[in-house]
Amino acid sequence: MSLIRIDAVVAQFPDLQIGELTGWIERNWVTPDLDQSETWLFADIDVARVRLIYDLRHELDVAEDTMPVMLSLLDQVYDLRRTLKAMSRAIALQPPEVRDAIAAALDAHDLAARFGDRDA
Amino acid sequence: MRDPYEVLGVERSATEQQITSAYRKLAKKHHPDVNPGKKDAEEKFKEIAQAYDLLSDKEKRAKFDRGEIDASGQETAQAQERYGARNFYHRYGDDAGRTKYRADFGEGEVDLDDLDLESIFGSAFRGGRARGFGARDFRGSDFAETEFKVPGANMRYALNVDFIDAAKGAVKRLTLPDGKTLDVTIPPGLKDGQVLRLKGKGQPGFNGGPTGDALIEVNVNPHPRFRREGDDVVIEVPITLKEAILGAKIEVPTLDGTVALTVPANSTTGKRLRLRGRGIKGGHQQVELKVILPSEPEPELAAFLETWSPRHNRNPRDEVGS
Repeated sequence: MSLIRIDAVVAQFPDLQIGELTGWIERNWVTPDLDQSETWLFADIDVARVRLIYDLRHELDVAEDTMPVMLSLLDQVYDLRRTLKAMSRAIALQPPEVRDAIAAALDAHDLAARFGDRDA
Repeated sequence: MRDPYEVLGVERSATEQQITSAYRKLAKKHHPDVNPGKKDAEEKFKEIAQAYDLLSDKEKRAKFDRGEIDASGQETAQAQERYGARNFYHRYGDDAGRTKYRADFGEGEVDLDDLDLESIFGSAFRGGRARGFGARDFRGSDFAETEFKVPGANMRYALNVDFIDAAKGAVKRLTLPDGKTLDVTIPPGLKDGQVLRLKGKGQPGFNGGPTGDALIEVNVNPHPRFRREGDDVVIEVPITLKEAILGAKIEVPTLDGTVALTVPANSTTGKRLRLRGRGIKGGHQQVELKVILPSEPEPELAAFLETWSPRHNRNPRDEVGS
C-alpha cells in the first residue's frame, strides 16, 4: 500500500483543486491520515473514494447537499455487505444439517438466490 | 461496441443537453461503487462513459455521424485512464479488515465486528432453539415477518454398502438416530461417494411447509478380489505354470457365481481375458492372469530347463529397455 500526498491526488484529475479536496476532508467525506508534520497522506482506499466523490460531483452533477446522504447510505450498504459476508462465512463453518436448515429458511424467504453461494 | 446513441438511449438528433442528461442518469444508476455485488456494473458503466466521451465531443460525434470512425475506434487514452485501469472504491468496500468509512448506525462509535450481527439479526441469536432460523426466532429481528412456511431440513446420513450390492443393486435398511428405519434402494452400478436423495424423508416442515429430504451418502466397501474400472469388473486370477503354458479350462468367480473360462496356451502374467456382459450394467468382467511358480522345488522341471534351448531366445528385458 502506497501513501501519497494531496498534490499527487489532485494531479490524477483534470479539474480538481486542492481547495475543493480539502473541503471534502473537512466534511469527513474522505479521511486521509495525518502524519507527524500535519501532512495529509492518502491510502489507496482514500484515493478510490476521492474518485467516487469526484464522479458524483463533477461527472454526474450530484448536488453538494445530497452528498452526505448518499455517502452515508453507501457506507451502510458496504457495512451490511461485510456483515452478510461474515454471516455466510459463519454459516459455511456449520455442520451440514444446520446449513440445510438455514438454506431451507432462506428458500422460504426467497432470499437464497440473492445471497447465492450455497450448494444446491 | 454498441452504437453510442443506443447505449445512452437518445435520438441521433439529440441536443448536447439531452445527451449529458441521459449520460448522467444512466451513469448514476450504473456506477459500480453504487452497485457493489453487481458483476456487470463496471462493464456497463464503462460502455456508458465511452459512449458519452464520443457523443459529448462535437468533432468526434460529427465524424461518427458521417461514418468516418466507428464506435469501437473512439476509446481515448483519457477514457482508458478514467474507467479502464481504475481502482474502484467497491473493491475496498467489502474488505473484511476495513476500518475506515464505517457507517454510523446512530449510536456513536459502533464496532460492527462485535455488535452488528446481533443488532441486525436480533433475537435470531437469542432464542437458542435447535431450530435455528425458525419462524418464531425471526420475530423481533429486523427481518421479522408475521407468518411464513419453512420447509423441513434435509437430513444427511451415511451408508456403507458391499461391493457386490453396489454393483448389482440391493435394498438396504438404514436405522436412523431416532430408532426409525429407512429402506434405501441401491440402484445397480452405484458408485462410491454417490448421494441418494429420498424425497420427503427428512425433517417435517414448519408452519405447514413441506417435509425435507433424506440425503444418503453411500460408501462402497472395497471387495477383497473384485475391483471396478468404469462398468467393468476386474479380478486377478492365479494360474499354474503348466496351465499358463499348456492352456486350461478354469473356474473363476463373477458377480453371479463361478463360470468356466478357457485359458489359451502360452498365457503370461498380466494377460486379460474378457467375460462378456459379466460386469456392471452390461459391462464386462476382465480376468487378469497371474502365473504362480511351484512353491516347492521341482527337480525334474529344473533338470529339463538345464538341457532346454528355447526356439525363440528373446531377452524380455530388451523389450522394456533395461
